[in-house]
Order: sequence, then structure tokens, then C-alpha cells
Amino acid sequence: MRKAITTAVLTFSVLTCAWGQAPPGAGPGRGGGGGAAFPQRAPGDPAVVARGRAQYGIHCNFCHGSDARGGEGGPNLLRSDIVLNDQKGEGIAPVVLNGRGEMPSLQLTAGQIADIAAFIHNFPVNNRDPARFKPPTILVGNAAAGEAFFKTTCAGCHSVTGDLKGIGAKFADPKALQNYWLLPAGGGRGAVAPAHLKPVTVTVGTTTGRLVRIDDFVVTLALPNGSQQTFRRSGDVPKVVINDPMQGHKDLFPKYKDDDIHNLTSYLVTVK
Amino acid sequence: MTIKKILLTASVSLLPVLLSAQALDPTVLSKPLGATDTWPTYSGDYSGKRFSSLKQINQTNVKNLTLSWVGKVTPGAGAGGGRGGFGGGNPVIIGGEGQADPNAGGGFGGAANIRASILQVGGVLYLSLPDNAWAVDARDGHEIWHYFWKTKGGTHIGNRGLGMWNNYVYMETPDDYIVCLDAATGKEKWHKEIASFNQQYFSTMSPIVIGNHILTGTGNDLDEPGYIQSLDPETGEVQWRFYTVPMKKGDPGLETWGSLDGAKHGAGNVWIPGSYDPETKLYIVGTGNPSPAYTNPQSRDGDNLYTCSIVAVNVETGKMAWYYQLNPHDTHDWDSTETPILFDGEFKGKQRKMVAHADRNGYFYLLDRLTGEHLLTSKFSDAANWVKEVNAKGQTIRDPKKDSIVPGALVSPNNGGATNWPPPAFSPNTGLFYVPTNEAYAMYYLTETDPRGAMGLGGKDETGLGSLGSYLTAIDYKTGKTAWRHRYPGLGGNVGNGILATAGGLVFAGDAGGNLVAYNDATGKILWHSHIGNVSNAPESYTLDGKQYILVAAGDTLFTFCLY
Repeated sequence: MRKAITTAVLTFSVLTCAWGQAPPGAGPGRGGGGGAAFPQRAPGDPAVVARGRAQYGIHCNFCHGSDARGGEGGPNLLRSDIVLNDQKGEGIAPVVLNGRGEMPSLQLTAGQIADIAAFIHNFPVNNRDPARFKPPTILVGNAAAGEAFFKTTCAGCHSVTGDLKGIGAKFADPKALQNYWLLPAGGGRGAVAPAHLKPVTVTVGTTTGRLVRIDDFVVTLALPNGSQQTFRRSGDVPKVVINDPMQGHKDLFPKYKDDDIHNLTSYLVTVK
Repeated sequence: MTIKKILLTASVSLLPVLLSAQALDPTVLSKPLGATDTWPTYSGDYSGKRFSSLKQINQTNVKNLTLSWVGKVTPGAGAGGGRGGFGGGNPVIIGGEGQADPNAGGGFGGAANIRASILQVGGVLYLSLPDNAWAVDARDGHEIWHYFWKTKGGTHIGNRGLGMWNNYVYMETPDDYIVCLDAATGKEKWHKEIASFNQQYFSTMSPIVIGNHILTGTGNDLDEPGYIQSLDPETGEVQWRFYTVPMKKGDPGLETWGSLDGAKHGAGNVWIPGSYDPETKLYIVGTGNPSPAYTNPQSRDGDNLYTCSIVAVNVETGKMAWYYQLNPHDTHDWDSTETPILFDGEFKGKQRKMVAHADRNGYFYLLDRLTGEHLLTSKFSDAANWVKEVNAKGQTIRDPKKDSIVPGALVSPNNGGATNWPPPAFSPNTGLFYVPTNEAYAMYYLTETDPRGAMGLGGKDETGLGSLGSYLTAIDYKTGKTAWRHRYPGLGGNVGNGILATAGGLVFAGDAGGNLVAYNDATGKILWHSHIGNVSNAPESYTLDGKQYILVAAGDTLFTFCLY
């Protein structure tokens, strides 16, 4: 029994050490045997899709929309269970030929229905459904109000003639600018954390370094000489002070009104 | 001499323990956690409390808690023999309808992460990853069998665990089958399709066994309707199906949608198990968000019943007894599927039978579980900023200005939520509801300006702005106020890990730094920890050979702890 315990403890410490370097299960995933998140259809034959588009334009377009996402009275076909389960028109055919609810019956040939099915199936059906149109600009704010907001809220740390000089010219996309100023170190799309941003530092007792990791039991610092130092923690001992250069930005999150955000962005794009 | 004593003697004298899979005595399922030597269902018992009456490990001696064994599982069909784990060497049993090469290993990216609840019945652990089920010896982690399902695809985000009925074990697969396995051998008895893969359903839920019913649930990120299904445990035949949205003219709730087509494509998928009240035969479960999730087409004008609701369904008939919608017309993909917890206690001077729920949207709700009567709504996430008002019924009514909008709305919670699937816990001893909490913000931009709306989760661009902190939060159910909360140090935020409470006065949970931690249940004071790597499921507890064990998973590895 004692031997068993010793073995267990040894095994545990070996594993614990090994995991100091890599998190468990960091290896390649082997969860499944392949396959996509949802069924994928092969691209349709362009000639068939073109024939289908023509038939669809004549018989279906008005009610279901030119993109099959619904129109005057007809539902979105792309997410219809009948269409999703259809392969080559066999599932659609009974509805086309017999009608359904407010939909009239249409006397089409099996070939025409198969062509229409190919046209509908050629639309990608993605549950993340990216926007198909470039949305209008996000610049809806009042630049003058944004400037006033800047002076009262941001000017304590920032200046449009100093650190933010020409900021409006540095971003082609106002959305990227907005994401950037909200949290310059954020991971948001389009928000690239510039090299000049200061790292998060931590002071443990009298030692200060870049924060590598922290939990309730240890804190690890990267020291200026390139080495790392880990301290054991127990409650408030030793004293640990984290200095997050982004704290000022984060403290504002609960305080912003969305109008403040939009106004400030509309102002900052003018700082060129 | 009882069986328990024989096993204890055998183990102490280092004799080989004769192992044979034991059927699950059906009466065990209706007993409270800790009253039997098992963990027989998703939450340990039907109540969802994840409160074990075991107290061999307690506030005084938990400092001596030590490792019993470590065991690793290797998913995939090529896993047979010589793996890096403990024991093993059995051929992998292969099933499935997919075309994939079973030896390719394949994979859906990312590491194997055991998110499942693990069953412990008769000294055997039954656990799962997507497409994979195992039985391992609860005494040392040795693999008994491994079943692998060749998938057609589907979202492999996780598997929440297995269900058990007598000597059958059930698993849902990402490509929408339920597979019935022989608990002793892992050999497949049958499999049945439970949803349409073509309609982009994916299935992760732990099947729940109640009497003669296997209850299943599914996920869907397109716009397909959610439902709970009851199956015959012997054959898998459908006994009833309950849709969470109106499916035809005349169905109740249709008036809360812009059109029937909108309702039928309104989602409300049920992908986390509910809890069960044997007294009323009500299966009480949280429903998912309406769809399209982020846009407001005319087709979903209204409150969108019965999405983002707690619904009580009679397990024999599949008919809804009552519902309470927490979050009418959700616009942030905040499912209300988080485990509802059933308990009895005093509320405003009256003894009540209640159900409590902490929602992804940052609010805590308390209801009477016999009627669905609303008792209390409170906010457990300080950051949550999307509510315009809590109405007279206690429902959280959204501020439309906090929907996804073209210039961007700054909203907390982020999409991941103030909490999510990791199971909460409730201790009747403290009256506290324990829930992992994240105070994260995001900018929600509308990108789909077509008034017909997007499909599924589309039509928006979300930019995460980090978290003001992640916490283990303890809520006093009587007031809805936070009694204590422990902030995980550091700057990162995540939805945290599931929780176990015990009569030993302890709360166990993985923290954000890779530690399994034991806290004082009344104060949140840390009493013990072990750095085991990124904890990936909720800790569990059971008695085996007279000892209380704590079981938890970190990635592909199981850890058990006990007192020697």
C-alpha cells in the first residue's frame, strides 16, 4: 500500500513538472475522423446552375427573392428543412408540383426542378452567414462632441498633437480605429497592438518585471536580464501589485455611453 | 459481509480486485448525490445541485487531500494499444456512419478536452469526448473498453457526457446519432438518428435517463427549431418530441413571432441537460436563444416563445406544464440552457419548492418549480449593461440600443456570456448558489443591414475588449445578492469551470490558472489546491471502497484525489 502511494506521488510530480512547460492535451486533436461542421455541397455545374437560375427567375424569384432568402410572402429557402435535406430536387419536387400553403402548384418537368434545385444549392449556407453587403459607415457621431469628450476624458493621458498625432490617417477603416482606441492592446479584429505599448508589469515585494502568469498560488515575472522568477503566494503575502497600462481604458467601459464612443471616433478620424 | 467490505478488504490486502461492470440499479437515479456509491447521471443526481452529502473530506482535513491516480485517454480509432496512458491495449470498437478513414485519427483541431460529466457506477467510470466513449476502472484508471464513432462531421465543440440505464450506456454524436453501448463490453447495441445533420444540427448533450425515457437534446447554429426528445431505452424508438418553438398554426406562443416561418426557424435549442423533479414528474430545462441570433427580421417580431426560457415538461407525456421566459427576444446569442437547480427551502417566510438559474446574460432567477411563479431576479454580473428594465414579471427586458448596431454597441456580457455551460452548484447547507462568472465586454457591430436579417449567428461582427475579471461567485438565493466572490488573479477572462459543493463544507472548482481548488463554502477562503493543468470539467465526488474520491478532468487526463 505504501509503495502504491509513493508511486502515485512520484508520477504526479513528474507530470506536474512536464506540464510546467506545456499545458496538458496541447498535442494535436484526435477528436474525430474528419468531416465538416455541417454538410458541404460540391459546387454545381455552371451550365446547370445557369439553367436553374433562369427557371427560378421565372417561377420562384418574386416570392422567395433573387437570393432565395425570402421575398414577397415566400420564406427563406436556404434554411428550409426541405431544401436542406434535398439533394437533386427529389425533396423539392412534391412541393413544386403540389403547392404548399399559399404556394401554388407549378407544372415543371423533373429536369427543370433539378435545375432549380442546383441553383438554390449553389448558395453557400453558412451558420455564421457573413454579411453580403458592405455595411454603411460606422461614422455616425458628432465630431465636435467627440472633441469635447476627448478633452474631458482622454486628455489626461493623451494628446492629438503628441502621442495621437495623425491617428486618423493611420487607419483606413474607422471601425479598426474605434476598436483600437477602445482597447489598444485588445485582440479585436483590425486592432493591432503597436510595439510601443508598454507590457503589463508586476511588482512582488521589491522585484518588478513583466507579468508572465499569476494565480492564487504563484506569480512569475520576466526580469530585465531575460530570466524568469517565480514567487509562491499565500493570500496577501507577499504583496503583489499589477500595473496594467490598459487599466485606464478598461475602467471606462462601464462609464461610456455608446454615443460617446461614436462621437469620439468621428472626432479621431479628423485628426490627420 | 457486504460487497463494499469485501472490496475494501481486497484493496487493502493488495489482492487483485475482480472487476465486472455492474448494471445501474434504476432506483439509484432518484436518490440524492452521496446517498449511494455512484455518480449515475449528468449532475450526479436529478436536482442539478451538484451537492454531495459526503463529508469524509472536509474543511479540516482537505489540506491532506492527495493524488490517487492519473489516467489519460487517447481519442480516435488508432488509439488501441501502447498509448501514453495507463493500461489500455484493447482494440478500439468502431462504429459510425461516416466515410472517414478510421485509422487517420482525423480531428477537428484543438486538443482533446474532456468537458463531460463522468459516470461512476459499480467501480467503473464512463466518460466521453466527441465521437469517443470509454469505460475505465475507477480504482486505477485502467481502460476497460473504448468505443469510437466514425463521424459524418458536425460541430465537435464538446460532449457533455453519457447516460446510463441498467447495463446500457448512451452517447450523442456530433453528427446527430444516439449510440447505445453495452456497459460491460462497449459493444454497440444500436444507433438511431436524433436530428438532421443536413439541417446543421449537432449533438453534444448528455442523455438523461428518467424511468423508461432517454431524453436527448441537440444544438444548431443555423435557424432550425430546438426540441427535446424522449426515446425508448431498449430500442431508441421516439416516445415523444417537444418543440421549444411553435411549429404549426394554432400552436401556443405563435403570437410572439412575426410569422410561422419565423417561429419554425426560431431555434431555442436545448443542449444542456435539465433537472428532474420526481414528485411532479417535471423535467425542468433551459432553452436556447432565438435565431437569427443577432438580427431582428420581421419574422421574429415579438418575445419569441419559448426561447431563453425555463420550461417544465411532463416526462411521461412530453407536454409542457409551465414556462417562464427569462429573456424575451434575445439578440446576443445568450442561451438560457445553463443548468437549472432544484431545491427546497424557505423564501420570504414560506417553505417553497424552487428552481434557480444563473443565465449567460448575467442575471440570476428564482422560480417556484411547481407553478413557474417568479420569485426573484437579480444581477450577478456587475458589468451586464444590456437591460432596460426588469419588468413586473421579473423578466429582463433588453435595451434595443444594445443590440448589434452598425456603429457598434459596447455590451457586457460578451457573446461567451457572464456564465456558460460549466455547471453551477448549490449547497443547501449554505443556501449559496455557486457560479463561474466573467465580466467581459465586446463591441457588437451589425453587418447585415438587409431587413430580412441574417441566418444563424451571422450578420454581426463582434470585437472582444477583454474582461474586467473572472470570478467564482456565491449567490444567496434568498436575496439574489452576491454573498462572496473570489476573483481569479490576472487579466484574462474566461467563462470558468464547473463546480462541486459537498457537505464537508467545501466547494471544488478549477481556477483560471490550471489549479483544482477547494474553497470554504461559506467564505470562499482557499483551503487546498493542486496544479494539474487546465481543468476542463466540473469536479465530481463519490465513495469507492469506503473512501471519498474527488474526480476531475484536465484536457485528456483524469485525476482522482482522496485521503489516505
